[in-house]
Amino acid sequence: MTDTEDLALRLRRHVVRMCSRGGSSHVGSGLSIADIIAVLYGKVLRIDPVRPDWPERDRFILSKGHAGACVYAALAERGFFDVAELDAHYRNGSKLSGHVSHKGVPGVELSTGSLGHGLGIGAGMALNLNRFGGGQRIFVLLSDGECDEGSVWEAAMFAGHHRLANLCAIIDYNKLQSLGRVSDTVNLEPFGAKWRAFGWHAVRVDGHDHDALGAAFAERADNRPTCIVADTVKGRGVSFMENEVLWHYRAPRGEEYVAAMRELGVDVMAAGDA
Amino acid sequence: MREAFVRALSELAADDERIVLVNGDLGFGVLNGFIDQFPSQYVNAGVAEQNMTALACGMALTGARAYTYSIGNFPTLRCLEQLRNDVCYHHCNVTVVAVGGGFSYGQLGVSHFATEDLAVMRSLPGMTVVAPSDPWQAYELTRQLHARGGPAYLRIDKGSAGVPAGEVEIGKARQVSDGADAVIFSTGAILSEALKAARALAGGGISLRVIDVHTLKPLDTDAICAAAADCGHVLTLEEHVVVGGIGSAVAEACAEAGVALKSFRRIGLGDSFPDVVGDQAYLRASYGLDAASVAASVRQAVAN
Repeated sequence: MTDTEDLALRLRRHVVRMCSRGGSSHVGSGLSIADIIAVLYGKVLRIDPVRPDWPERDRFILSKGHAGACVYAALAERGFFDVAELDAHYRNGSKLSGHVSHKGVPGVELSTGSLGHGLGIGAGMALNLNRFGGGQRIFVLLSDGECDEGSVWEAAMFAGHHRLANLCAIIDYNKLQSLGRVSDTVNLEPFGAKWRAFGWHAVRVDGHDHDALGAAFAERADNRPTCIVADTVKGRGVSFMENEVLWHYRAPRGEEYVAAMRELGVDVMAAGDA
Repeated sequence: MREAFVRALSELAADDERIVLVNGDLGFGVLNGFIDQFPSQYVNAGVAEQNMTALACGMALTGARAYTYSIGNFPTLRCLEQLRNDVCYHHCNVTVVAVGGGFSYGQLGVSHFATEDLAVMRSLPGMTVVAPSDPWQAYELTRQLHARGGPAYLRIDKGSAGVPAGEVEIGKARQVSDGADAVIFSTGAILSEALKAARALAGGGISLRVIDVHTLKPLDTDAICAAAADCGHVLTLEEHVVVGGIGSAVAEACAEAGVALKSFRRIGLGDSFPDVVGDQAYLRASYGLDAASVAASVRQAVAN
């Protein structure tokens, strides 16, 4: 297992545990992006946990803010704050809200939760950092259902026009949105072609294949923004959560929690963490 | 008034390369000088106000001092959630500039009447809200907003009140005409109607104090409550609905401070959309916001 695959496994365990203990929704969303987040935070992003405000850092925006548990877990694993603080997720008095928030949480660049906000802000960051010749890259992770929002396409058209090569969008394309299948709701296909038509370099990869993700992040067009359409499975890593809309909402409790953690290689009964 | 804003912004931009103007594809003939002089500090977002606001926020989060620019409700209501979640929650250095407060765009119709903007902007946490009465105020307040930083809303009227230049400071109400029988608090260029009414009333022996509340937030509650207590009869005037604007702000301030009033009247738009076609002066008269209507309200208040 590579370092990032090991990190992804730890992120999945955190996500299931956080959603179980806090009683929060969106466990399936966190599992869906765990590999993307692990490759970004484990290998790609130039960030420094000692200096979260380092001006030269790359920026990561989780535009699908409901999967915040996975980003909190990645920041804790990278040392931005103590892993033990993840226990406070979703609790009264906590700083770790269900939708990702920057207030009092080092390393979070942008608070989100309402879909369709992140890409335009990422484009603004890319544009402004370009003015001063910085080499920073801006990564924005969106959900597939989020691409129903018109503001996503306002930003896509702008970034394509201005050839913001330091901007990279990643779509967590797990094919499920709030009430059912994306293809039955508002079909996004031909999806890559849409981004290309907007002036982007678009690639399609297996969003759980770390080598493929790493290559896609490294493959940067020199005069266009990049969109990585990542095919993913909602709930990935826990068999009974995979491809089930139910786990957009339901928090794993009791035996469900025990079974989910067992699939992720942890015997919570033996560890006294059930 | 918009030329005064552009002049102030140009002077600031010459000294501060962090300044960026993010335009919503409007300002024909007005912004050309700025665009020519500061090409690297200007971007046209196109007809896309949500993205305009998001861009400004992203630029501010990476060190810029961003100004969004459009007309009427486009830079406020169209992108309200971007202002709330992105600009205000992150306390970004973004100033929203809306040209055409109230009925400035008279004959263009309801889509172009900014008549709920003050209420909505005032409700956003951390947002400074400014509505100058004259070009010299727009110039001064633009400079002060830049020095102040944080999220701000600058409402630019097309008209002007015609008040001579003087001292103006964010958060400090200005008395522009003395009087003791009643006081009227006005915001924006419609101040001219209050001043006209004061002159007309003076002939009939009623002295109306006129106070220009160019800053709705932070509100100068001390000055407002003192003038209200002094005069007793209190009126407010705004080219805006009476809900949530200066009328509401003054009522809240007086009620919370326990100021005993003899009477209180909000002059503004009621709970319906204007549906008459006409220029700004015509619409003010049609909806009871002109000097004659103000004078009538004051007479009625003082008589009872």
